[in-house]
Amino acid sequence: MIAQLTITERHIGLVLAGLVTLMGAALGIAGRNDVLAYQGLLIVVFGALVMIALLRNLDAPEPYESRLAEYYDDPIRFGIVLTMLWAIFGMFVGVWVAALLAWPELTFDAAWASFGRLRPAHTTGVIFGFGGNALIATSLHVVQRTSRARLPDQVSPWFVLLGYNLFCLLAVSGYFAGITQSKEYAEPEWYADLWLVVVWVAYFALYIRTLARRKEPHIYVANWYFMAFILVVAILHIVNNLAVPVGIGNAKAYSAFSGVQDAMTQWWYGHNAVAFFLTAGFLGMMYYYLPKRAERPIYSYRLSIISFWGITFLYMWAGSHHLHYTALPHWVQTLGMTFSVVLLVPSWASAANALLTLNGAWHKVRDDATLRFMMVAAVFYGLSTFEGSFLAIRAVNSLSHYTDWTVGHVHAGALGWVAMITFGALYTLTPAMWKRARMYSNTLVEVHFWCAVIGTLIYVFAMWNSGIIQGLMWRTYNESGMLTYSFIESLVAMHPYYIARTVGGFFFLIGAVVGTYNIFMTIRHEPLPLRQRTDAFGGDRPLVPGE
Amino acid sequence: MPEAHRKLERTAVGFVLAIIGVSSIGGLVEIAPLFTIDETVEKVEDMRVYTPLELAGRNIYIREGCYACHSQMIRTLRDEVERYGPYSLAVESQYDHPMLWGSKRTGPDLARVGGKYSDEWHVAHLVDPRAVVPQSKMPAYAWLQRNALKTDDLPGHLTAMRRVGVPYTDVMIENATRDAFAQAYPDSDMAEGVAERYGADTNIRAFDGDPGRLTEMDALVAYLQIVGQLTDAAHEKRTGEQVVQAEETE
Repeated sequence: MIAQLTITERHIGLVLAGLVTLMGAALGIAGRNDVLAYQGLLIVVFGALVMIALLRNLDAPEPYESRLAEYYDDPIRFGIVLTMLWAIFGMFVGVWVAALLAWPELTFDAAWASFGRLRPAHTTGVIFGFGGNALIATSLHVVQRTSRARLPDQVSPWFVLLGYNLFCLLAVSGYFAGITQSKEYAEPEWYADLWLVVVWVAYFALYIRTLARRKEPHIYVANWYFMAFILVVAILHIVNNLAVPVGIGNAKAYSAFSGVQDAMTQWWYGHNAVAFFLTAGFLGMMYYYLPKRAERPIYSYRLSIISFWGITFLYMWAGSHHLHYTALPHWVQTLGMTFSVVLLVPSWASAANALLTLNGAWHKVRDDATLRFMMVAAVFYGLSTFEGSFLAIRAVNSLSHYTDWTVGHVHAGALGWVAMITFGALYTLTPAMWKRARMYSNTLVEVHFWCAVIGTLIYVFAMWNSGIIQGLMWRTYNESGMLTYSFIESLVAMHPYYIARTVGGFFFLIGAVVGTYNIFMTIRHEPLPLRQRTDAFGGDRPLVPGE
Repeated sequence: MPEAHRKLERTAVGFVLAIIGVSSIGGLVEIAPLFTIDETVEKVEDMRVYTPLELAGRNIYIREGCYACHSQMIRTLRDEVERYGPYSLAVESQYDHPMLWGSKRTGPDLARVGGKYSDEWHVAHLVDPRAVVPQSKMPAYAWLQRNALKTDDLPGHLTAMRRVGVPYTDVMIENATRDAFAQAYPDSDMAEGVAERYGADTNIRAFDGDPGRLTEMDALVAYLQIVGQLTDAAHEKRTGEQVVQAEETE
């Protein structure tokens, strides 16, 4: 891959990696009396590894000029591998934390292995490690194909991909050492947050520069979603993470907001991370790979427009539904509830658009597990957005909030929608990127599909049951008007469901391991004879959006 | 509509600006007024800031991810008020950077845990939760008793808190490290200073049972014992008022 970089680009890369290494060293020295020292060391090791990789190939010959006539896919290939590695890590920790709730002794008297530290390692590993790498890889693929333009340079995609993974590594290793700011899904501390801003600006610049080079007059739907994802995540990340560090040598910072304002800002972030990271980004994926795999154009251009602007506008109001009956002013709660319910319209417009696109291709859904992954994802997207609107209603929320029902809802989205659309996209993308006719084994894709579906169903049903039972037990009164159950009785009632959840998660993890093996074997085996290597994306012409 | 939109689709910059504009409205309408409307947070006289030891304990609470399983927000629902105590007021988290309202109750709500159990109970519970509550799912935090508390950077912590708006005085910042020791060492000469700076009601005692050594256990227990105790405002409000009846469920 490094041989594809020009000698100048290798030098630029070396300088950038050197700067990162120096920054890490400076941070480590400033924070030598703090846990920050470990983070500095990690940055130094990361930068040094990149430098060594570059130095080993520094004198390789210049690449052929003809590369400029082709798309630049090396970072995408690397991103696919990273996606699967993060999937296995994040889901493994997920199964572990699920097991901890059934058998709490699995902490082994080690601070790093307790639930409170593993839990953000699970959420960050899956959302940002697995999801983020999948989004970067697929967005760089989609933007080139739909714009019929090569990425503008060969250094910045690597900076974005590697820099982003450095952020994820800092985050996860930080949690194990006890570094967290306790804002859910925004746990990394100030230095990691600042680094992510740099990486994200580079990502945005890369994207908009590629669009500026496009040979298609129109910007294809998938790119609208990827753009919204990049822009809004930047806004959310910067505002929610405003904080004052204790010092340059201290990992700890204090949030600029307190109490009510902090709660509102946090859930404005938290809910819109779901909206723009886990929904808009993956809708971008869906709007490209689903029609491609089904070999049918998107059902309706009008629906695409309605759902896109509906989601962009309405979602940003919905965060306050996390704070019903709290000290947040009542009018804000009501606004959040109202917009959450209206949000069902654009959400279902997207889900319907996806499923109607499959009209006339249902025989393919039956035969092709890859397309079935995407179909099931669209179904789960529709179901979990419906559930989301339902749970945002104040009266329902009074029962569901603080219970496992919310956890079940989140995982219906995360497992059923986000992970399944990703696996569908990766099984479409992998053979194309490595110029193979198909995946190494279609049987293993089937095995993965059924593991994923069974795992998701067990998980979600277990959490629905435990959540609703929990909520009901907390508010049950006996005949003399006293609360019937103590808190601990509700916890004991959860035990069988916590075991079931662990089993469900384990199925899902096994599926991801099978998928990784399949992708690995596809890379290693079955190269097509040169004359048969037509790009699976049929000359890379974009689909024309239209009615 | 599609024709106008087809034009927009041709300009990347226009599209970018449209996304920023459309997505900003909701957040602006909901968040900005919270900072400017006086009624967002009620004013009470007796609200006090965390002592350095309590702040250090709160940071340990954050570090160990306690917020992932324990909320600190009692909602205005009848069953919650009867189970946990008066519902939480905005002012109670006025000095919480960040807030720890939480989103999940795998364990019970802790908004009124301060003063509810003895220090000994907390220490025993943190060392081995199942020794006190046999059915508990909580991990054991035995190492808190082994770890000495880091105190040399406490003045920096108070300074940072002041920068984000918590009214710590210069004297409080200067004495932060000393006050942390003194609060867990009631017989020392320095203990008076803590009461002087943070109020006569401040808990000054050997939280982990060993006054000679300042451990992370001291700090966490000191914090847990003050949760919901920074002001009496919530108790003064008549409980039951504004409380929503939970739906009858058998």
